[in-house]
Formats: sequence, structure tokens, C-alpha cells
Amino acid sequence: MARSRYLPDRGLSARMAFTMFLLGLLFVALGAVLVYYFRGLGLVLVVGFLLAQWFFSDRLALYAMGGREVSPQEAPELHAIIDRLCALADMPKPKVAIADSDVPNAFATGRSPQRAVVCTTTGILRRLTPQELEGVLSHELSHVAHRDVTVMTIASFVGVLAGFLTRMTLYSGMSNRRGNNNGPPVFLVILLVSIVVYALSFLLTRALSRYRELAADRAGAVLTGQPSQLASALVKISGDMARIPTRDLRQAEPFNAFFFAPAISPGFSLSSLFSTHPTTERRLEQLRRISAELGR
Amino acid sequence: MSWFDRVLGRSKPAAPDLDQLFAVPDAAVTLESALGLRPTGLGSVSFRAAEGRAFASVTDDVQALLDADAGPKVERSVDAYGYTWLLVRREPSDVAGLVTDLHAVNSSLEHAGFGPSLLCSLVGFRTSGGAPLGLVYLYKRGTFYPFAPAGEPQRDNPLELQVRGALGSDLRVEADLARWFPVWGAPGL
Repeated sequence: MARSRYLPDRGLSARMAFTMFLLGLLFVALGAVLVYYFRGLGLVLVVGFLLAQWFFSDRLALYAMGGREVSPQEAPELHAIIDRLCALADMPKPKVAIADSDVPNAFATGRSPQRAVVCTTTGILRRLTPQELEGVLSHELSHVAHRDVTVMTIASFVGVLAGFLTRMTLYSGMSNRRGNNNGPPVFLVILLVSIVVYALSFLLTRALSRYRELAADRAGAVLTGQPSQLASALVKISGDMARIPTRDLRQAEPFNAFFFAPAISPGFSLSSLFSTHPTTERRLEQLRRISAELGR
Repeated sequence: MSWFDRVLGRSKPAAPDLDQLFAVPDAAVTLESALGLRPTGLGSVSFRAAEGRAFASVTDDVQALLDADAGPKVERSVDAYGYTWLLVRREPSDVAGLVTDLHAVNSSLEHAGFGPSLLCSLVGFRTSGGAPLGLVYLYKRGTFYPFAPAGEPQRDNPLELQVRGALGSDLRVEADLARWFPVWGAPGL
């Protein structure tokens, strides 16, 4: 029997499952409050908004980043790399797009592997060697294979719902304040619950996003068998990210979640708890471990 | 990949299907009678080399194994995309022997745990006019597709579609045309 060199990271899977469980718990708690006081009002709106965002994710992200789909004749090398990676991973070939931006980055989006788009910026094409680019693309294709757009849309549901609820109770609570005199006003309770849920779900979705980045790094590195190329690309890009003009970066920030490396403005230091991506050190450490496993 | 593995973000590398390759000798007979395509006796295996000593020693072993018999030596090359190609030569009439050699490469890699690294295999043919055609085997799909280069970046699509029609019953031809990726300048073409 052939042995497999693929070793799943059980700790990572367990942390991810636990985070998802907590998010589900939050959703149930918030849902109960909603149904009790509002009979599901607003739920429809939020679901509709997220569904549209998920359904049009490929076109939305491409449009926002100024990405343009390219044919194999226009970008033969890029297509050839993706062709081969898809053949190795046995997945359908996504659409390939290039965004004209000097920010070195790449992202994948789309609601299913059949509707996926992988987009790279001209900045990343210029800076990386073909092997490093292959590492980055394998990371993005892993996002597609793991259906990260769907997972993160569902995960962000609680947060969006809680934010919506906060605004709604603030608004309605201020307008009919006089009618409620006995006990603490209902709107205050709901407001408190939704704020707490919002804060918790924010932390949890960020944690989930970081775990999924690590999972994509791992799957990508195993796919190409070249974790060091991905590590090298990571070092190159995260070093570069601090040196690029801020204007472009601010434009890019809402799309951080599906980027290869986050586009955070220089000097803007977030605690690791709030970030969508793991620290570069953490990612490099994981890639180093995979490299050691492959060499055995 | 199961639904559960996707949700937890742990895709497993796809395992190769090695057995379909043995259908090539029959298909070669069909191609010659239907379209006048003759095997060239060249075949190659392409795989993604993993970094580290383990993979390097496996490839050395495979090469030594194939070089051990009396035939011509196996040629190793690395293409522009970082994939390693092992080129095997046989008598043009000995398609079965060629396939056996290609299979030896596959099974050695798979035994060492590098089965997921296998990209494709190629068996070379020539038209009666001398134009090259490669029959490409996709390990992860267990399917074949024809690749007829007509000077990069042109492909002889009519010929490829003829081959697909002729092979229909002998081989599993890849149904998704988007996966018929070009392998320009591949050894064995």
C-alpha cells in the first residue's frame, strides 16, 4: 500500500470547528431574541443582502478591483500555471483575471468552483518569479477548493445581523421611548445583547478567517510540493506591502478577506486578534514544518 | 473531497489513476487504422518535483531502475514551469513496452508517497504528413486528450477532434475541453 505524505493539521481543524460552533451558538442566541421580539423582521433583509453578495461575489470583487478576465492568448504563462495546478488538484479551471494595480496581491472569489475567478495584480506578476507565483496561485486555488467565499459569507451572517439589529433598536427605541415604564426598557436589553453578539462574532469571524488562510497555505504548499516558494513569495510581498502608496491600499481594504496578503496601511498596527490574516511569522513557521515533512 | 473536509478547509491531494494507461496499445492500433497516426516510440511522464531530499532520491531511483535494462537511457528534463519530464524511448512498434516503462515511473512515485505529484503522461504519434500529436493522459482524471501543436500558440483543433471521435470507444477521453491544456515543447512530442 502506497503511503501518503499528506498529514492533516488536526489542531487547526479542531480550532476551526470550535470557532464555527461558537458562531453557530451566537446565531441561535441572536435568532431567538429576534424571533421573540420582532417575529423575524429584518431577517429577510439581511439574508437577501448576503445572498446577493454571495451570488455575485465573482463579478463584485472583480469590478471593485478593476480586474479584467484574460484569455490564454493574452496571458499564456499565467494560464499555463493554472492549467497545470488544476490538473494536479483535479479541479475545474477557474476564470483568470488580471487587475491593473501595483499593489502586489492576488485573490480568488466566486460562489462555487465552477464560477470561481482567480485574479492577480500586475504588481505581483512583475515582482515574483514564476515558481513563487505558482505558490501564490496554489494558495488561491485552495481557497476555491475549500469554498471559502461561501464559508465566510455564512460566518459573517451573525455579525451583519447583529449590526443591523443594533441600528434598528437604536432607531426604534428612541422613537417610542415613552410607552415603556416598568422594568428596564426592552430596547436597552436588545441593544446590549446585539452589541455583545456583534463584538463576539467580529472576533470569531476574524479568527476563522486566519485559520482558513493557514489551511489554504497548507493545501497550496502540499499541492505544489514547494512550501519554500510560497514562503519566499510571502516574505517578498509582505515586505513590499509596507512600502506601497497608501491611496491604493485604502481602496483595497474591504476586500482583504480573500487576498493573499492583507493590504494594511503602513504604520497601522492592529492587534493580531483583529486581523484577517495570520502573522507572516506564523505562516512561515507552518510552511517550514511542511517542508520538513516533505523532506523525510 | 467530502463536504466536511471542505468546511474544515483540509483538501486532500488527489490520488492518481494508473490503470487506464494500459488501454493505450489498443488505442494506438485504432489511431493507425482510422487516421494513419503512427506511434513514434517516445513517451514521457511529467510530475511536480517536491522540494527536499526525499523526492530527489526517489527520482534518482526511478531513473536507475529504468536505465538498468538494455534499452536506451531515460532522459530527464525540467520545463519552464518547474515540472520534471522523464522521456522513455522504445521501438515505434513496441507501444506495450513503452506503456510498461511509463507505468514503472508512476508506480515508483506512488509507492514513495508522491502519487499526487503526477501531472500527466504523453505518448507521441506522427501523422502521415509528419505533424506531431501527443496523446496526453491525465492521472487525476483517468482520462486522455489529444494535443496537436501547429506552431505555438496554434493547435490543430480539427485533428484533435478527429482523434477524439476515433478513440471514443477505446479510451476514456476527457469530456471537459477546458482541461485539454497545451503542453508546448513537451519531451516525446
